[in-house]
Amino acid sequence: MAYNCAVLIKQVPDTKRVTGQAMNDDGTVNRSALPAIFNPEDLNALELALQIKDKFGGKVTVLTMGLPAAAEILRDSLFRGADETILITDRRCAASDTLATSYILSCAVKKIIDYDIVLCGRQAIDGDTAQVGPQLAEKLGITQITYIEELIDLSDKSITVRRNIGNGFQQVKSALPVLLTVTGEANEPRVAAAKKMMKYKNARTPIEVEQKIKAENPNADEADIKELIEHKYSELEEKGLLIKQCDLDFIGADLNWCGRSGSPTKVHRIQSVVLAAKESKDVEPNEKAISDMIHELIEDKTIA
Amino acid sequence: MANFYRDNDDIQFLFRHTEPGKLAAVCEDGFKFANEFDYAPADADEAIQNYDMVLDSLGQLSGDFIAPRAEDVDRQGNTLNEDGSVTYAKGIAESLEKLAKAEVMGLILPYRFGGLNFPNLIYSMATEIVSRADASLMNIFGLQGIAETINAFASEEIKQKYLYDFAAGKVTGAMVLTEPDAGSDLQAVKLRAFTDDDGNWFLHGVKRFITNGCGEVLLVLARSEPDRAGGLGLSLFVCDRGPTVHIRRLEDKLGIHGSPTCEIFFDNTPCELIGERQRGLVTYVMALMNGARIGIASQSLGIAEAAYRIARDYAASRKQFAVAIEKLPAVRDMLIDMKIAIEASRALLYETSRVVDIELGYAKRLESNPPEDKAEARQLKNESRKHKRYASMLTPMSKYYCSEMCNSITYDSMQVLGGSGYMRDYACERHSRDARITTIYEGTSQLQVVAAVRSVCSGTAEKFIAELAGQQFDPKVKDLLEKLAEGTERLKSSIAFCKEAGTDYMDLYGRALVDIAIDLINGFLFCAQASSKVDMEVAVAEDGQPNNGHTVPMKERKAVIARRYITKNTPKITALAEMIRTGDRSTFTDYQALVGPVPAE
Repeated sequence: MAYNCAVLIKQVPDTKRVTGQAMNDDGTVNRSALPAIFNPEDLNALELALQIKDKFGGKVTVLTMGLPAAAEILRDSLFRGADETILITDRRCAASDTLATSYILSCAVKKIIDYDIVLCGRQAIDGDTAQVGPQLAEKLGITQITYIEELIDLSDKSITVRRNIGNGFQQVKSALPVLLTVTGEANEPRVAAAKKMMKYKNARTPIEVEQKIKAENPNADEADIKELIEHKYSELEEKGLLIKQCDLDFIGADLNWCGRSGSPTKVHRIQSVVLAAKESKDVEPNEKAISDMIHELIEDKTIA
Repeated sequence: MANFYRDNDDIQFLFRHTEPGKLAAVCEDGFKFANEFDYAPADADEAIQNYDMVLDSLGQLSGDFIAPRAEDVDRQGNTLNEDGSVTYAKGIAESLEKLAKAEVMGLILPYRFGGLNFPNLIYSMATEIVSRADASLMNIFGLQGIAETINAFASEEIKQKYLYDFAAGKVTGAMVLTEPDAGSDLQAVKLRAFTDDDGNWFLHGVKRFITNGCGEVLLVLARSEPDRAGGLGLSLFVCDRGPTVHIRRLEDKLGIHGSPTCEIFFDNTPCELIGERQRGLVTYVMALMNGARIGIASQSLGIAEAAYRIARDYAASRKQFAVAIEKLPAVRDMLIDMKIAIEASRALLYETSRVVDIELGYAKRLESNPPEDKAEARQLKNESRKHKRYASMLTPMSKYYCSEMCNSITYDSMQVLGGSGYMRDYACERHSRDARITTIYEGTSQLQVVAAVRSVCSGTAEKFIAELAGQQFDPKVKDLLEKLAEGTERLKSSIAFCKEAGTDYMDLYGRALVDIAIDLINGFLFCAQASSKVDMEVAVAEDGQPNNGHTVPMKERKAVIARRYITKNTPKITALAEMIRTGDRSTFTDYQALVGPVPAE
C-alpha cells in the first residue's frame, strides 16, 4: 500500500552561526546577516517521508510558504528525492504569526495536495514555537502526533509511532490521515543525490524566471518580456523543472486571516541578552572537587 | 556540521586550477549526452557545477555521517557468520546505504547504465574525501573500477546484467586476483577455469587476501589455459557470489578493519568470460590495477589529511614549557613538512588523474566517434598515446609517493601528539594502522618503483618535465625554475650513468631515480599553482588565533610552498644524483657478507 506524504518546510536564518551582526539594535533578528538554511527538523520530516516512500511507495510533496528565495530549499528537497514542490509566496503573507501561517498552509494543503500523512519538523529554529504543526492539524481536522522519534509501523490505514514526552516516551497508534511533527532524533537526513542534483539544479519557480529575464533585458518592452517569460515557462515545464508557485488567491485564503490582520500575536518585550563576563575556574582532579562542580552547575541550572 | 570538501582549501583550489571544464569537454564528447539524459550537462559550466555540487554533497556525508562512525567500525570489524555470509560493521553498512542514496556509486560509469560519467580527477577527489572520513570504507567505495573494467572490456550482455546495479549501489564487487602463492607475482595464478561440454565456464580453487570478497559480483583472474604458464595462460571472469562461492575466513588485520579481507574457495562456480581469453592479466587486470593504484593514492591522501588535522589542532592547543608546542621549532617543522607533503602528493595525484582522463577520453573518442578529418584523427591518436605513456609513468609514481607520504604523515602525527597519540583516545593510532597497508597492496612501493623507473629512463620523464617547464609562469618563481632546470640536468646525467651501467644497476637505483623525477615534477606543479589563474583567498593562521579572519591569495601561499619545497629538495636531488653515480654494487656483490646467515631457529 502506497502513502502520499505532504511535507511542510521552512527556510530559516542559521541561528547556529550567530555573529556580532545577528541582532538589530531593537533586539529583532537581522535576517540579512545570517545565511538562510533548510530548517533542520524539517529535514528530518522530509527524510521520514522519503523513507515511507522508499518502503511503501507513494508520492512526497513538499510545500513551503516564504519569500521567493525559499525556492532554494524546494530545490534541495528535489535533490533529496521529493516528487513535487510548491512555493506559496505572496506579499500579503508578510508578518504572519503562527495562527495566520497555519491558516494559509491549511488552505494550500486542502486545495493542492492529496495526502495520507502530513509531516512537519517539530519546530523552526528562528521562532522555536512548535505551534504551526499542531495548529495546522486542527485546521485540517485530522489527528496530530507530535515529537515523533521513530516510525514503528505503518499499515492498513493506521500508523504507530514513538513520541518523546520529555521524561520518557510514548507509543501511539492512530488512524490515517494524520499529521506528525518530527524531532531531530528520528533519523539522519540523507544528503542530496547526485543525479537529482544534476537535473533539478535547473528547476526554477515562475518568479525566479521572471526576475532573471527582467534583469537580463532591462530595456525590452513589456510584450517581449512576457513572451520570453512564457517561452521559458514552457521550456522548463516540458523538462519537469518548473516549480509550482501559488498566491493567496489561488489557494482561496480569506485575506482577513492572513498576514498582519490575521495575526493576533503581540510581542510583549524583546530582551537582547549580551554575555559580558567570561571567567574560568580550575577544578582539582578529585572526587570532591568534581562533585562540588556538578552541584554548582545544577544549582545555577546550567545542567539539569 | 562538517563538510570534508568545503573545509579543504587545497582541494577546492586544485578543483579550479586543474580546469575541470576542459576535462568535461573530453569526457562529455562535445556535451552530446545532454539530449539523451536529463541529468547530463549541456556545457562546461554546467558540468563544473555538477562536479562541485556532488563533491559538496559527498563532503557533507563524509563529515557528518561517515567520519563519526569510523571509530566504531574500527573496533567492531566485520563478522563471518556460520552460514558463510559476511556482516559488515554497522557503520559500514549504514554508510553504504547513504552512499547509494547519494547516487555516487557509479561516479565514472557511463550515463546509459545510470552512472555520472565523471572524470577520474573528480573520482580521485571523492575517494580522498571518503577516505579521510573512514579509510576502510574506501575499500568498498573505491572499487568502482570493477564496474568500469566490465564496462571497458565485457560483452554488452554482461554490462547490461551488472552495471545498472553497480551504479545504483545495489551490489558491490571484488577484484579476485591474489592467491597464497600469487601475490605481487600474479603470473603465478593457479585457480582453474574450465568449460563443460556445452562450453560454459566454471571456476575451481582458492583465492586469498580478497578485499570485499563477500561482494555480490566477483571479477576473478583464473588459468583458462592449463598448459600455458605465465600471464598469457590467464583470463578474467565474472561470477555472482552464489552457493558455490565459500568465504572460508576473514583475515585478522592490523588496520582498515571495516574492509573485509576474505579467503574464498570456488567450488565449480559458474562464471562468464570477460572479453577474450588470455588477455585477463596482460590487458584487463593491468587496466583495472592502474585505476586501483590511483584509488590507493587517493585513499593515502585522505588518511594523511585526517592525521595531519589532528596534529595541527593538537599542536596549537597543547601547552608545554608554558607555550603551545607549535612554537617549538622541531614541532613546527614537522607540521610544515606534513602539510607540504600532503599538498605535493595531491598535486601529483590530481595531475595523474587529469592525464588519465585525457588519455581515456581521447581513446574513447577515437573508438566511438573518430574525427572525419584525417590530420585531426592522427593528432588525437598521437595525443592519446602520449598521455598513455605519461599515465603509465605517473600512476605508479602517485601510488608510491602518496602511500609512502601517508605512512610518514601518520607517523609524525602520532609524534606530535606524543604519548597521547599512542593511546586509543585519539584517532592517530587508527590512521597509522590504516596507513600501513597503502604501501603494500595494489603493488608494493618496490613494484611501483620498478614500473616507474622504466618510464623515467626511457625519456618519458624528460618529455613530461619539458612540457611542464614550457608553461607560462609568474616571474616570482623564476629563480625556482632555474633550480628545477639544474635538477633536471642532474636527472638526465643520472639516467645516462645508469643506462651505461646496465639494467640491473638501473633497478638498483630505481628508487633514487624515481624520487628525483617526482621531486622535479612536484616542483613544477607547485610553481604552476603559484602562477595560477585562479583567484582564491585562503585563511592563514596567526599565533594563538587560528580563525582571525586574515586571508592571503592562495597562489601567494603556493609560491611560499614552492619556495620551501624546491629550496629544501634541491640539495636532496644533488645527494641522490651523487649516490647514483657512486657505482656501488654491493647489493649484488656483498649480500651474504652484509646480511649474515639466516637466523637459526
